[in-house]
Amino acid sequence: MATSNSRTLARLMLFPSVVLLLAWMLVPLCMTLYFSFLDYNLLTPGNNAFIGFLNYEFFLTDPAFFASFFNTILLVGGVLLITLGGGIGLAILLDQAIWGRNYVRIMVLAPFFVMPTVSALVWKNMLMNPVNGLFAHFATWLGMSPIDFFAQIPLLSIIIIVSWQWLPFAALILLTSIQSLDREQLDAADLDGAGPFSKFYYIVLPHLSRAITAVILIETIFLLSIFAEILVTTSGGPGYESTNITYLIYTQSLLQFDVGGGSAGGIVAVIIANIVAIFLMRLIGKNLED
Amino acid sequence: MGSINLKQVTKDFGDVSVIKPIDLAIKDGEFIVFVGPSGCGKSTLLRMIAGLEDTTSGNIEIDGQDATDTPPAKRGLAMVFQSYALYPHMSVRNNIAFPLKRAKVSKAEIEKKIASVTKTLNLSDYLDRKPGQLSGGQRQRVAIGRAIVRQPSAFLFDEPLSNLDASLRVNMRLEISELHKTLATTMIYVTHDQVEAMTMADRIAVFNAGIIEQVGSPLELYNTPVNKFVAGFIGSPKMNFIAVEPTATDATCCLGIRPEHITISTTSGTWPGKVGVIEHLGSETFLHVHVEGKATFTVKAGGDCPYVYGDNIYLSAVENKMLHFDAAGITLPQQHASLVAI
Ligand SMILES: Nc1ncnc2c1ncn2[C@@H]1O[C@H](COP(=O)(O)OP(=O)(O)OP(=O)(O)O)[C@@H](O)[C@H]1O
Ligand SMILES: [Mg+2]
Repeated sequence: MATSNSRTLARLMLFPSVVLLLAWMLVPLCMTLYFSFLDYNLLTPGNNAFIGFLNYEFFLTDPAFFASFFNTILLVGGVLLITLGGGIGLAILLDQAIWGRNYVRIMVLAPFFVMPTVSALVWKNMLMNPVNGLFAHFATWLGMSPIDFFAQIPLLSIIIIVSWQWLPFAALILLTSIQSLDREQLDAADLDGAGPFSKFYYIVLPHLSRAITAVILIETIFLLSIFAEILVTTSGGPGYESTNITYLIYTQSLLQFDVGGGSAGGIVAVIIANIVAIFLMRLIGKNLED
Repeated sequence: MGSINLKQVTKDFGDVSVIKPIDLAIKDGEFIVFVGPSGCGKSTLLRMIAGLEDTTSGNIEIDGQDATDTPPAKRGLAMVFQSYALYPHMSVRNNIAFPLKRAKVSKAEIEKKIASVTKTLNLSDYLDRKPGQLSGGQRQRVAIGRAIVRQPSAFLFDEPLSNLDASLRVNMRLEISELHKTLATTMIYVTHDQVEAMTMADRIAVFNAGIIEQVGSPLELYNTPVNKFVAGFIGSPKMNFIAVEPTATDATCCLGIRPEHITISTTSGTWPGKVGVIEHLGSETFLHVHVEGKATFTVKAGGDCPYVYGDNIYLSAVENKMLHFDAAGITLPQQHASLVAI
């Protein structure tokens, strides 16, 4: 888009899709915003009076809000940590010339194709079940008492399940990035006397920084709204131990039929997501430039 | 110290044999150039010498020590890659310091070495830039700087100038030759460029399909190539080849004559021909002459060549300058050749 002529043309042609997207986003957002100021409960139909910021006050001062806020941060942070660490390791492994590499790559990708509800059910009933689960059998075989994952470490269990789903995504993005690394740089490092660790730290890791940034940004957006895994496994419990913001909004608006309170929670979630996005872009966004 | 000895070295990739047994002795301080057509194994051999590629069989000796299984960093060699292979996330300073830091050289020592290297290579102004912010020639110099700073016993260059434009290439060629004179370190240099090979080399090794056809000084290869391949490969424009019928007393199957060893006459000569495309280079002229029943000849003439497209002329070879090849392409001895000429 070099000339002013082509710039104008580009804007003109982008116009319809931008309008459509805006409408698509703005209409629900405005409706949510509107509901969040109303006393709107489905159990008590009637006047739907305007009550100002009361819904927000209730939502933000609810102890469940703080619990779920920190749970959300732990969930996102934990999954990011595991998927990035594991993803880098897997990507390096998959980049080696091993026999049957193509099949291994497809198998590694498989978890990404499984629906969140299904994978959560598989983990819940086949792996983490304290009586019949594989882990429980393994623990008894070792002579230890099996862990009741969803009662004892509910949030960590969910982190493990979600990490399992997102690991392939991270590994795939990082693998393509590793493959675009100029092999002559590694050869040069070999001649310069760099060992495997130096090569990883000084050459591979800086090369991956862009892909790592992309993985963090994309995963964060999706991980902020984890829902199905929680619903299927712990239903947010015990107590609020595995409730995140998304799940809290669900319990507020759907389980308590409080549309107004749920809407206020939704708006809070949008604001939190934006704060996180701005924070992330400031922190690591510069990696995506140049 | 930097003598390199290749003894019956071979390399297979799977069942493809890329390097057939090669013997080559490279003397300390020598500038040796590897030339050959694309895919003949020059880079592979260079990488084997560097230790980046395993040797299938045979031995590589560096300074008289067997180094066949020595890891690259321990061989004391430095390599300059065609793609420069600079570390894009490090400044020029850190790129050059990288091998020193890996070798645990002290900070003060590193500073001193960087200062001296960047001064030699005119890089002092760019020390804090990233490679992406440098021109091709500057990047090349950083790559050379990174190689020099380790004070290796030999330098390996894999087509280091092929990404540069023509005028820069001439400059860098001179700089590398200059460097070789001042450092007096062994250099192995892979190139496609005739001029680079002829001007820079102490000795040239001509490769063909995984073997070395001939090793010798540039003029040796130019004047007395051992076979038709070397004769055709060295020299630009190429030598002209004329197929002839072998007789009972003379095994010659093919005659070779260089473009500058052909004289042109308008009246008489060995081969009558018609002038085709004429390339004026100012100081000299190349004529492509179509000879009836033979091939197209390339003829070199002076800058003030009077002929035009379509002229009928006669060509003859300068006496004793014709090379004779037998059916296998081997050059026949010179005395024999002159006997035939009579
Ligand atoms: N890793 C590899 N696996 C299989 N074959 C290879 C490998 N590397 C190189 N080859 C083959 O070895 C032969 C020699 O390659 P090499 O790169 O040494 O050629 P070269 O003489 O440097 O050519 P060029 O002048 O084009 O750089 C080629 O036929 C190439 O296809
Ligand atoms: Mg090559």
